[in-house]
Amino acid sequence: MCLAVPGKILSVHGEDFARTARVSFGGIVKEVSLAYVPEANEGEYVIVHVGFAISVVDEAEALLTFEYLKQMGELADLDPKAGEA
Amino acid sequence: MKYVEEYRDPVAAQQFADAIKRTVTRPWKLMEVFGGQTHSIVKYGIDELLPKEVELVHGPGCPVCVTPLELIDKALQIAAQSNVIFCSFGDMLRVPGSGGDLFSVKAAGGEVRIVYSPTDAVQIAIQHPDKQVVFFAVGFETTAPANAMSVFQAKQMGLKNYSVLVSHVLVPPAMEVILGSPDNHVQGFLAAGHVCTVMGYEEYVPIAKKYQVPIVVTGFEPLDLLQGIYMCVSQLEEGRYEVENQYARAVRKEGNLPAQQLVAKVFQVVHRKWRGIGEIAQSGLGLAPEFAEFDAETRFGVSGYTAEEDPECISGLVMQGAKKPEECTAYGKRCTPDHPLGAPMVSSEGACAAYYRYRRLRSDDLVNVGSKSGG
Repeated sequence: MCLAVPGKILSVHGEDFARTARVSFGGIVKEVSLAYVPEANEGEYVIVHVGFAISVVDEAEALLTFEYLKQMGELADLDPKAGEA
Repeated sequence: MKYVEEYRDPVAAQQFADAIKRTVTRPWKLMEVFGGQTHSIVKYGIDELLPKEVELVHGPGCPVCVTPLELIDKALQIAAQSNVIFCSFGDMLRVPGSGGDLFSVKAAGGEVRIVYSPTDAVQIAIQHPDKQVVFFAVGFETTAPANAMSVFQAKQMGLKNYSVLVSHVLVPPAMEVILGSPDNHVQGFLAAGHVCTVMGYEEYVPIAKKYQVPIVVTGFEPLDLLQGIYMCVSQLEEGRYEVENQYARAVRKEGNLPAQQLVAKVFQVVHRKWRGIGEIAQSGLGLAPEFAEFDAETRFGVSGYTAEEDPECISGLVMQGAKKPEECTAYGKRCTPDHPLGAPMVSSEGACAAYYRYRRLRSDDLVNVGSKSGG
C-alpha cells in the first residue's frame, strides 16, 4: 500500500490543486495529481503514491549511486583484499 | 534511466555486497523500518548476500499491520450498515478483526469497494448522494497527503456524505519506542524512503544523536537497500551516528512542503494504538477540529468501542525486531495468508507474508531434498 513508483510525465493539465498529469509507468498510463509537486513538468519523472506525485526524481542524484559504484570498483582494484571477497 | 531496472542490476548489487564485506569487522544489527523494504529484502534475498556479521531485523513499518484490532472492528461495523459504501485500499480487506474481515462483510451483502486513491472515494460520494461513503484512511506519513486532500476537497465541495475512518501513524515515535526499550539490540536504522519523501529527514537528527544510532534514509530497490546498508555499516565501523540520505533522487532534506502544509491543516498529532505494540504517545494523526465533521467514528457512533487482541499472535515482537516470523509457533501452520491470525501475514508489506511467500517454498524444497536423500 505504501509503495510509490516512478513514472514519466507525458502531459500536464489544469492548475494549482487541480493540476494533473498523464504519467507512464513502463507503458501503463494513469492520471496523477500534481497538487504536491507544482514544479513538475512534462518529460520529468515523478514518484507516485496512491494517485499523487510526491517528489520529482533528481536525475543527477539518481546517477550518483552508479558513480559511487564505479569509484568503489576502482578502489577495489587497488585493494588486494578485494579479490578474496 | 527509468529508475527501476537499473537499481536491480545483479552485478552492481554484488559490488555493493562485496564493499559491505570489506568494511565490516564485527557483528551489527540493523533494522529496516518499512515493510516495503522488508518485502524487497526477502524477495531479492538481499539478507543472504550480506556477510554473517550483518543482521537485518524487520521494523514496524507496515500500516496495514499496525492498525489496531478495534479500528478493524469499527470498519466492519460501519461497512455492514445498509446505507454505507465503504472504500479501502485492497490490502485492508483481509485483515482479521474480532469477528471476520471486510471481505466477509462484502460477502454478506455489505458494499465494500477497493479504491486506488482516496480521491476515488470522493468521486464515489459525488456519484452516490443518497449513500454515506466512508474511506478507511490508514497509512504512514507517505499516505497522509493523499488522505488529507480527499477531506480538504470534500469540505471545499460541501460534501455531507463523505467521511474517513482514520488510522494514521507516524514513524519517528515508533523508532523511539524500539530504541528506548531495555531489550533493544538495534544498532542502526534504514529509514523509510517514501515517508521521508513527504516529511524530509530533519526530525531524525535528534533521534540519531540521543540514541547514538546511524539513520540512513533508504529506498526500496535492491541497490538502494545495499547502498543504505553499506552506508549504515560504514558509520557503525567508524563510530559515527549521523543521518545520511541514500535516496537523494527522491528525498530532499526538508521533504515535500506543500504536502506537509495540507497535512498540518487537515490533521493534528494524536496518541495512537499500534496493533501488537500498544499505545504510543503522539504517534498518529487524527482530524483537526476544523475537519471533525468528516470523522466516521463520530458520524457512526463507534468511537467508544475497544477490543483485545489474540494473545497467540506474536506480531508485536516481529514488528519490533525482537522475533523473526519463523520463530512463531503458528507461522505457516495455523497462520497462513489464507487464514491469518495477525496482520503481518496479510499485507504484502508484512514480514510474515513476505517470509511465507518467498522463503517457504525454498525451505519446503530443502525438506523434500532431505527426505529424498534420506529415503
